[in-house]
Amino acid sequence: MPALAAGPVVGLAVFYLWPLGTLLARVVRPGSIGDAFGAPGLGRVLWFTLWQAVVSTVLTLAVGFAPAYVLARFRFPGRRALLAVVTVPFMLPTVVVGAAFLALLPDSWHGTAQAVVVAHVFFNIAVVVRLVGAMWAVLPTDLTAAARTLGASPPQVLRFVVLPLLRPALWAAATVVFLFTFTSFGAARLLGGSANPTLEVEIARRATSLGDVDGAAVLSLTQLVLLGVVVWWSARWQRRATLSLTGAATARRPRSRGERRLVRSVAVVTGLAMLTPLVVLVSRSFRLGSGWSLRAWRTLGSSQIRPGVSLGVDPLASLSTSLRFAVVAAAVSVVFGGLAALAITSARRHGKLLDVGLMLPLGTSAVTIGLGMLITFDTPPFDWRASWWLIPLGHALVATPFVVRALLPVLRSIPADQRAAAAVLGASPLRAWVAVDLRRIVGPMVAAAGLAAAISLGEFGATTFLTRAGRETMPIAIARLLGRAGEVPRAQGFALATILLLATALIIGIAERRGVLDARGT
Amino acid sequence: MLAARDITVRFGERVVLDRVSMEVATGEVVALLGPSGAGKSTLLRVIAGLLMADGGTVWVDGRDVTNLPSYRRNIGMVFQDEQLFPHLTVGENVAFGLRMQRAGRAETAARVAELLAMVGLGAFTNLHVTKLSGGEAKRVALARSLAPRPAVLLLDEPLTGLDRELHDRLATDLAALLRATGTTALLVTHDHDEAATIADRVITLTS
Repeated sequence: MPALAAGPVVGLAVFYLWPLGTLLARVVRPGSIGDAFGAPGLGRVLWFTLWQAVVSTVLTLAVGFAPAYVLARFRFPGRRALLAVVTVPFMLPTVVVGAAFLALLPDSWHGTAQAVVVAHVFFNIAVVVRLVGAMWAVLPTDLTAAARTLGASPPQVLRFVVLPLLRPALWAAATVVFLFTFTSFGAARLLGGSANPTLEVEIARRATSLGDVDGAAVLSLTQLVLLGVVVWWSARWQRRATLSLTGAATARRPRSRGERRLVRSVAVVTGLAMLTPLVVLVSRSFRLGSGWSLRAWRTLGSSQIRPGVSLGVDPLASLSTSLRFAVVAAAVSVVFGGLAALAITSARRHGKLLDVGLMLPLGTSAVTIGLGMLITFDTPPFDWRASWWLIPLGHALVATPFVVRALLPVLRSIPADQRAAAAVLGASPLRAWVAVDLRRIVGPMVAAAGLAAAISLGEFGATTFLTRAGRETMPIAIARLLGRAGEVPRAQGFALATILLLATALIIGIAERRGVLDARGT
Repeated sequence: MLAARDITVRFGERVVLDRVSMEVATGEVVALLGPSGAGKSTLLRVIAGLLMADGGTVWVDGRDVTNLPSYRRNIGMVFQDEQLFPHLTVGENVAFGLRMQRAGRAETAARVAELLAMVGLGAFTNLHVTKLSGGEAKRVALARSLAPRPAVLLLDEPLTGLDRELHDRLATDLAALLRATGTTALLVTHDHDEAATIADRVITLTS
């Protein structure tokens, strides 16, 4: 069905491939590469980006190990709730996570590398719990029992049996966490400050503050190439490490007193650690000085600190802007993603190509997408920078891969026989499609729309480049409020982050019911 | 010698084993028969230390091992679906128990070669266990559990899932091997012929 594919293909070409091509054209200009790498401080940025990503990855694996084990191997009251509490931060906008740790950590930690690393660990625990936990949950119980009857002590079982068998999952989790933390933008910008910029933050700074678009383009593509190498290398590793397992693996209630103590303490510590930053975020929005106050919430609708002194951003207006953009982004990505998913399932060979093509924006950092769009759509007749729809379109570009991922399994699970049966019963192809396919995908489509809306609400990287005065989205407004001196704007930033937190959690909760959460790659 | 005294196991309200006692003399091979659900496998797991009993004691060579963890009981076990370590080769699987005891390299290699020759898989040392056929995997599992010289060997339906001809041949081989090594063994099965072929004595567990 080439007609179905036309829309997504054109959209991908115009809003992804073309901007990427423009970026590339900037890079191959004589002198731009030398200039970009000759700029002072770049070595430091690269070094910081790399080491904070490595440290964040190692720490996330270490911290996530115990909850992954407990959640994969034991059944206990509150297990589902704990899984949700561990998973939700991963779905939260990075700006909300950044704001939560600004609220939680003492002022002396603001603008430090530790703050960035702590937030990264919090954010990515879900990756370890989901990926490593999924593998751990299928390790046959008797395999470790066999090791024990052969004389292996618990540490020996871990070292010689469990860890080697978990290695593919550990690698996969490490790769994902490394990619996320290497390309961290929202949390790194809020917490690392100007002293500790990651590569993404540096790209944004060069493009928006210094006007050095060529330099930013070089760094963007350098990052893209580096990430490509990491993904390729990791995929090779994982293929070699795949194993098949037989035997039952059932999660069970903890039996001995030691097991009960382990499960209880891991569950309590993990739950508290995951909830505390969010609770502190909410409570800080009600605090001014040393007392409680509703002032931040009451003044959310005003763009002035004091009469005559402008805040530079209207918090409440950003809420309505964000909601509007989210609706448009969700609609666009569901239409395009839906068409693409249909085209992929019906056209077998070329479908694969479209599938891979649509996943590309997923592997491209949001900052790269934003930068590409910024420098592409600035010349007539394509001068769309002032058009309001460019931002939700950028959001849709980021969200569409998730919509496709959510819909593909559903579409693939529809047996062709059913359509044939409908046809035999006298239905026209269109009627047959409506009767069989459409009925099944309405639910997942609503859920996918929710997911796209949540992504749009929290999108920060691409929006940073495309935002215009008077059309700030919530994440932009939050970053700006938290970057200001003064207690009231800060509390307002926390209040706005609270609204974004609740909105995202609500949408994700609904989507989770519909069962599309796992489509988000975890 | 293996002895279990007054073993009681409850799963919730259900009493699976109610004061069960039994003995296996040194060098003796005993088959434990009984209908499914009679608690045969449960009893093996209690003896191996993989499951805590609600009451009763387990003795190995006159020593009370009830409160020892399984890895310090010196009781080997062959599992129903082998449970070979999929990330290791045949030789590494057989060497596993010796490695846990930190046995020397030369000693380990010699013992692995000896056992693989005994089960007729001398040429398989460097093969990956995922490449084995069902019968070969069972032989490797047997060699692996015998390698660290356990005081008692437990076998939990070790020959299920094989076709008749292979089953009968392996049963004869297993009987000969247990005699040749003088192993004290307790075998769980639901097959009377198998029990008669392999064991010196049969105990029936009723539910």
